Amino acid sequence: MTILFYDKTFEGFLTAVFEVFEFKYQDVQIVHEGTFQNSFFAEPIEIITNSEKSDRVLKKLEKQLGKSGIQQMLYTFLSEDASREMVLLQVITYAVENPGKDILKDYSNSFVMQLSKFVKSVNRERHRMKAFIRFELLKDEIYFAEIFPDFDVLTLIITHFKNRYQDQKWLIYDSKRGYGVYYDLNVVEIISLENPIQFGESHKKELLHEKELNYQKLWIEYFDHTNIKERKNDKLHVQHVPKRYWKYLTEKKIL
Amino acid sequence: MDYDRVKEKLEILADAAKYDVSCSSSGGNRKNTNKGLGDSSSSGICHTYTEDGRCVSLLKILLTNFCIYDCAYCVTRKSNDIQRAAFTVEEVVDLTMNFYRRNYIEGLFLSSGIFKNADYTMERLVRVAKKLRLEHSFNGYIHLKSIPGASDELMREAGLYADRLSMNLEIPTESGLKLLAPDKDHQQMIKPMGFVKNEINLYKDERKKFKSTPKFAPAGQSTQMIVGASPETDLQIIQVADHFYKNFSMKRVYYSGYVPVSNDARLPGLGSQVPLVRENRLYQADWLMRFYGFKANEILAKNNPFLDLEVDPKLGWALRNITDFPVALQTASLEMILRVPGIGVKSAYKIVNARKFQNLTLEHLQKMGVATNRAKYFVVVANSNKNLIHLDSVHLKSLIVGDTKSKFENPFSNQTSLLNDDTFLR
Repeated sequence: MTILFYDKTFEGFLTAVFEVFEFKYQDVQIVHEGTFQNSFFAEPIEIITNSEKSDRVLKKLEKQLGKSGIQQMLYTFLSEDASREMVLLQVITYAVENPGKDILKDYSNSFVMQLSKFVKSVNRERHRMKAFIRFELLKDEIYFAEIFPDFDVLTLIITHFKNRYQDQKWLIYDSKRGYGVYYDLNVVEIISLENPIQFGESHKKELLHEKELNYQKLWIEYFDHTNIKERKNDKLHVQHVPKRYWKYLTEKKIL
Repeated sequence: MDYDRVKEKLEILADAAKYDVSCSSSGGNRKNTNKGLGDSSSSGICHTYTEDGRCVSLLKILLTNFCIYDCAYCVTRKSNDIQRAAFTVEEVVDLTMNFYRRNYIEGLFLSSGIFKNADYTMERLVRVAKKLRLEHSFNGYIHLKSIPGASDELMREAGLYADRLSMNLEIPTESGLKLLAPDKDHQQMIKPMGFVKNEINLYKDERKKFKSTPKFAPAGQSTQMIVGASPETDLQIIQVADHFYKNFSMKRVYYSGYVPVSNDARLPGLGSQVPLVRENRLYQADWLMRFYGFKANEILAKNNPFLDLEVDPKLGWALRNITDFPVALQTASLEMILRVPGIGVKSAYKIVNARKFQNLTLEHLQKMGVATNRAKYFVVVANSNKNLIHLDSVHLKSLIVGDTKSKFENPFSNQTSLLNDDTFLR
């Protein structure tokens, strides 16, 4: 068996895919850096990320599967699931074996179906971030939100927030992965804070703008009063707002 | 701003607005080209869900709950002894802007009790929308309530600033309305709806000629009917809905199970059950008309003007038209696949795509998300399907019902999941 390892980037993965076909590896596994290695029979080969090679893979796939096909592959990659490289390689191989066919519509193929499930999960998380992110206004007039998404979706929501909030500075920080996006009224930048800030509730209160808690209280009040008690349905409530997201939500806080 | 005072008003005026079930924020598609605030997501976003499981997408409030009308089913009715309050235009604008900036909401849904007269009230609603759009460069979603009897001029202005306009019929029939809302006039409600429909078409035609023509209520108009307050049958309700979809190009008709708000003898008393199952079945019927190609007159059995509460209306139709089954999935038309119980719109498209590659089996269907516990009795697939022997059985219905776990059986879960699905908001 041949094991190829790459640098965790999508380009790196696509470079590895390029080499699979270039060197016609048969029994091959693509893994990313830092994956636990335990194979006596295979010598891992390091893949040097090469944007020319990854672009060629992208172009070829786009020709066959369209822009949406590429998007589905990227979403699958961002799932960070342990099997993502295997599923993607299987689907790409299936595409190469069936030139000219839009094989992503073949839902009877188990790898295509698996890919479509990853796409669904990542897409849902992306949508949830658009919905559940709550900004808090800080003293320095920055609207700040901290997130811990299940999948690496922060880059997928930049355009949405950039279009929406053009007249206020904002920062969304993924504390799970240690990077954020910051809009300074002109451009959006990806930033990484050297010392992870302590966002603990007590600490944060000192950073908040003097008006902030007033609006949080009003929102909580609204949330409470727009509910119809006669129709209470906890099961449905939790189905729509799973408990792991409650920590994001102002309306679930006790102020 | 006096936050404590605003908080008191918010309690009263959110409470009074919550029975309006519409919370859609889709179809607006207003772009943030003026470096302002907001950009309507055309698919709509539910930002949170209340404990009753309903989506919260908009700040849904009344401008005031002072009202000159005395509609028996309405909590805000003149004769009801409740606390009254009124927001100022500035307060509503400030709340909307500040909630939107924090990503709490997609926009504002502003309704109102009727104070002084129709135009006076409508003018205030329009003023809020106008201020948000012109003074605050707000491009989020705005849904305004049309006030019965408002003048054409105000309705036209409303349509230029709002994404959606709605007028709630509440009581489906004229006779029912006379009984429960003696001050309201059926014609006064229908007229603005007709006006809005015509204006939407007019502006659309103009836009084809001149790109600079402004949009008029781009997310269309909607209405709501209360279910279970008056004695109308499901047949009447579905016919009225169909009439509004066809003749008023309604985007949505909402059905709101009556929550008892008074001990008026004309209505179900306080403490009566909210008719949640019936409301759910009506929504399912509505979906069949809008997405599954069903005609209004196919949905109910000829001999019963009420929907079967035990099975969904699509299954009900299949059981009455058993000779149209089984459906051979490999060759059947999309229209017919959509009529198979247990197959939704997404699955139907998946089937039509996947069958080009392979002959499909029940296992494939299950992986695609089809509810095979219902579908298996009605389809011919690649491998042999032994469930088809039940197709002619008189027990088919009880077989399926016994096999299906209803979400309504559990007393702690007496609400519909359909109601709160994102896709529900289109």
